[in-house]
Amino acid sequence: MLEKLTSLNGVSGCEDEVRNFIINEIKDFCDSVEVDKIGNIIAFKRGKSSAKKMFLAAHMDEVGFIVKNITDDGYIKFAEVGGIDGRVLLGKRVVVGNKKLPGVIGIKAVHMVTGEERKKAVDKKDMYIDIGMNDRENAEKAVSKGDYITFDSEYIEFGNGRIKAKALDDRAGCGIIINLIKNAKFAFDTWCCFTVQEEVGLRGADVAARKLKPDIALIVEGTVCADTYDSPKHKHVSTMGGGGVISVLERTSRSDWDFVQYIAKLAEENNIPYQYKRTGSGGNDAGAVQTAGAGVKTAVISIPCRYIHSAVSVLDKKDFENAYKLITKVVENIGGNLWNY
Amino acid sequence: MELLKKLTQAGGASGIENQVRDILTEELKGLGELSVSPMGNLTLHIKGAGEKILFAAHMDEIGVMITYIEEEGFLRFTQVGGLRIKNIIHSRVMFPSGVTGVVALGDKKELKDLKMEDLFIDIGAADAKEAEKLVSIGTSGVFCGDFIQRGNYITSKALDNRVGCYILAEAAKNIKNNKNDIYFVFTVQEELGLRGAKTAAYDIRPDYAVAVDVTACGGVPDGYKMAVKPGDGVAVKVRDSHLIAHPAVKEMIVAAAEKAGVKYQYEVLESGGTDAGALQSSGGGIPSGAISIPIRYVHSVNETANLSDIENAVKIITIMCV
Repeated sequence: MLEKLTSLNGVSGCEDEVRNFIINEIKDFCDSVEVDKIGNIIAFKRGKSSAKKMFLAAHMDEVGFIVKNITDDGYIKFAEVGGIDGRVLLGKRVVVGNKKLPGVIGIKAVHMVTGEERKKAVDKKDMYIDIGMNDRENAEKAVSKGDYITFDSEYIEFGNGRIKAKALDDRAGCGIIINLIKNAKFAFDTWCCFTVQEEVGLRGADVAARKLKPDIALIVEGTVCADTYDSPKHKHVSTMGGGGVISVLERTSRSDWDFVQYIAKLAEENNIPYQYKRTGSGGNDAGAVQTAGAGVKTAVISIPCRYIHSAVSVLDKKDFENAYKLITKVVENIGGNLWNY
Repeated sequence: MELLKKLTQAGGASGIENQVRDILTEELKGLGELSVSPMGNLTLHIKGAGEKILFAAHMDEIGVMITYIEEEGFLRFTQVGGLRIKNIIHSRVMFPSGVTGVVALGDKKELKDLKMEDLFIDIGAADAKEAEKLVSIGTSGVFCGDFIQRGNYITSKALDNRVGCYILAEAAKNIKNNKNDIYFVFTVQEELGLRGAKTAAYDIRPDYAVAVDVTACGGVPDGYKMAVKPGDGVAVKVRDSHLIAHPAVKEMIVAAAEKAGVKYQYEVLESGGTDAGALQSSGGGIPSGAISIPIRYVHSVNETANLSDIENAVKIITIMCV
């Protein structure tokens, strides 16, 4: 599932491939599926009770680029879509436009770089994409301004049960919700939402939550994992292999504290590994959902992703499985005696 | 005054406002219809046939959230709301369980290079194991700061914005035979981005709205110049970073102040905002303004206000309601 999901291209605003795949996967398992005006998939699953409206969300879009200009020599100048660290771009392979033309991200040759320039990371503005064209005319036949550009990165499994791919943020979340739709016995009527344009400002989730006005929302995300040997432990944010990550406070949202404690309690009672997100920064769809309408009790469970927002994010399959187990417990048991909200 | 003292000493980091909500719920019982919203806003509705007015004061305060427990038992933390490093070094913090700590830093650290992540909290635990028995990652705490009074000046932690909560609670007690339909909303998560207020305005859809909050002031050595002074009366907001007060609401506040015969001053705040910023653009748009209490040393443990301004604000709001 993750292999298929991460192979699809869906830079914010152009989520069609992902949307079509997901609809096809879930349509036989839902009470209804619709696509709203901004492009979110809203899949409805009837629950054991209709007393509360539950909302689940994972975003379909991924970070990428857009063609800004084509030079006389046939190179593509690009703008980023979503937040990308320029240092991870050089030498990366990309695909351009619907025809998925191959390209590579380049800069001027090393012998032209001055001593001062060598000490600094290359500015994104100075990079370009080489699509193998010799001049503007030929390049313009193949590519238009406004075409989307996506990382070209193979899904591979390696090491101790880990995965390398692009777009694990948030196809991992999409994968979890697809599996829930197929397998979980929802406690409350649940609207499963696959959102658009999260990476450019939580836009799809904002529209969906304001329309649906849920009582409770759980956002399923990919989150930062900075647990590499070269950074101090208190800045790791999350740990690979440590289980699903429960957010308490992020830049854009504050999880409902009772909901957070409920999730932790469920994890402990069922011996499912979990961890708290260990930073106050970062943001996700919860920011838009929390303050929609008259307010929504929200929480976030994420899967740790190293090198997030790059072509080579890394995820541990155990984290995916443990997050899936924990979220299943939440959607099947919420409203029970542990948190009689 | 006992109520104000009690409110300031309660802990209520943004998102964890239950202690403050409980005090207010007890205090406001019987004065109208009380309800709690999904995010945790407390609303007191005092019914009336006239205009629907929403007054908002936020219950939450700035604080810390634990992000990591070091092997030696020290806590790493992140800010809840806008903290300034220079205001928090060596202050004390308390957690809802009653555990207390001190914000500390290593001797080698120089002030000018200091980042929030260099600081840590010492809760008197011998090691991580002991610390984990007392607190956990994700727990939020607030700064300690006693309530003291010198003449007309009071100093405490969390005057931002327990003074607003106090003013609304006192006004609620004064209201009898009110003409207008009054909603007093005690909001959550203002310090994180005016979040509770946004949802309250959407839900209630008042004809107009007034935030009651604190503001900065001038007249302090080496401080920014600002033509607002504690003791010179309630500050009637003209603008801040999130709001240009609706002229009609501003005039209503001024008219009430004149009717009450109390001093007021206009407030032009260059940076910062209050719940009114979210109230104005909620739903189909709500004419909004704000009544502010000038405070020295905002977002420190020694926030300082003048009692007369607080008393005047109670009078103004009472008049606006009836």
